Amino acid sequence: MSASFIILAAITIASAVAAMTLRHLVHCALALAITFAGLAALYLQLDAQFVGFAQVLVYVGAVAILIVFAILLTRGSEAPQQSIFSSSWAVGGIIAAAVFAVLAVMIRKSRLSELVAPAGTTTTVREIGDRLMTTYILPLEVVGLLLTAALIGAVIIAMKEEPK
Amino acid sequence: MSDTLDQLFVNLKAWLVGFAPLEWQSLISAIISVAALLAVFPGLFAVTTILERKGLGRIQNRYGPNRVGPFGILQPVADGLKAMTKEDIVPRAADHVVHFIAPLVLVIPAFLALAVLPIGRGMAAIDIDAGILFFFAVGAATELAVFMAGWSSRNKYSLLGAMRAIAQMISYEVPLILSSVTVIMFVGSLSPVRIVYAQTGYSGILPHWFLLTPWGLAGFILFMISATAESNRSPFDLPEGESEIIAGYYIEYSGFKFALFFLGEYIGMFAICGLGITLFLGGWTAPLSFLTGIPSYLWFFLKLFSLVALLIWVRGTLPRLRMDQLMNFAWKFMLPMALINIGVAATWHFMEPGLIRWLICSLLVVGPYFGLGRGLAQGKHLAKRTYQYAE
Repeated sequence: MSASFIILAAITIASAVAAMTLRHLVHCALALAITFAGLAALYLQLDAQFVGFAQVLVYVGAVAILIVFAILLTRGSEAPQQSIFSSSWAVGGIIAAAVFAVLAVMIRKSRLSELVAPAGTTTTVREIGDRLMTTYILPLEVVGLLLTAALIGAVIIAMKEEPK
Repeated sequence: MSDTLDQLFVNLKAWLVGFAPLEWQSLISAIISVAALLAVFPGLFAVTTILERKGLGRIQNRYGPNRVGPFGILQPVADGLKAMTKEDIVPRAADHVVHFIAPLVLVIPAFLALAVLPIGRGMAAIDIDAGILFFFAVGAATELAVFMAGWSSRNKYSLLGAMRAIAQMISYEVPLILSSVTVIMFVGSLSPVRIVYAQTGYSGILPHWFLLTPWGLAGFILFMISATAESNRSPFDLPEGESEIIAGYYIEYSGFKFALFFLGEYIGMFAICGLGITLFLGGWTAPLSFLTGIPSYLWFFLKLFSLVALLIWVRGTLPRLRMDQLMNFAWKFMLPMALINIGVAATWHFMEPGLIRWLICSLLVVGPYFGLGRGLAQGKHLAKRTYQYAE
């Protein structure tokens, strides 16, 4: 574990905790944006340039803005008066712990930890593009179709209905 | 001789770095590059503000600033001193932390974006494989900064301005990226350095710039229109709209924070113009083959100043758009044109070089342009407007 990893991990976790505990929803969204940026930095530290920059472009640039817009358009910009902790926090905590336990066990059991990255190769954007256009063309097309359908659906929902 | 001048700054940096012990050299080299960027571009910002005010004055038939120094050229110094000595007023209801951070979040990505641009031969601060992607990724942080500024001020006008700015930036980011995709596709690389190298060389006296192809010309025009919108400049200055929402998202900022907003905006403008130069105007290459003796970085800055002059000219000439016109233009004209242009670039790539390729690709650009224009103009009264009481 290098020093840069520890610093990045600390920032990411701290901002994630802040996103959960801050009182004001807009503050939470901004803290979440820091978490996204921290994740991107962790990808970059693993030499995954494309994934790192795409993470910033999509999550900080689009998803964070989307969340903020959704908050402003639905709730107004005042801080909530009641407690930020849900009344059923004990049940929620148990469920969260169970999910975490399942994931942790599965990750411990999986072969992922045995896989070793081939030394001395860095994946370039070009290679990713080549793979997407050859080996993984079907998943790419399916994702593209799904996104197009979602886009058209959103436009139809938002469209003004013509008076008959 | 011309080669020593061309590589002057590269050699200077190598000489300076040579003094440091080996394990410190990469760090020292990075610091020198960053210091150079931080020194040159704010200087350009100062020069551009005075040029812009003078130019706008000339266009609007008035003098512009002419009191400080000879011909008013020391005006930026006076402005800087004023910004630094002014009281920093924060509204009582404002969200103090977010209000304080917003200008910093705006300025830092703008400077980061400069780092990947090759300013001269071998003069990119960082040369990474995914440089163009890096540029657009840091640009995405600007939207968040604008929102933070607008929301934290607790002012209806600033929130309105921020909403307008974000809607505009997200809409125009799509044609901006799609128009750059043509070049990335053609070169087969996301590295700005390699894109510039792909444009070196001359046929006759004309350079191999992408501007001089049908898809490159269309792409450059689409890119510059989107770049104007991205940097919130007139005629796309709705987020600031002085006569409608006073100053938009930075209405509640004063003193040095206000100056930081201006700095961020101009550095962003330089960065995006620099990207346009890298993608379409051949980066640091000379425009004619017999002019290669002039150092490469001078060409870059000459092109930068030409583009900035173009933006000032446009600002002085065109009136501000309306919100619906802005959105219609982005989604119904820019986006289809950018998509068609990608197809044209592919056609160009797969056809034999020659006159026929030129003709077909030009037709493929010009045809949809007129088709889209006619289609959008249908059912609209585009005659001269008559005013009832202003004759």
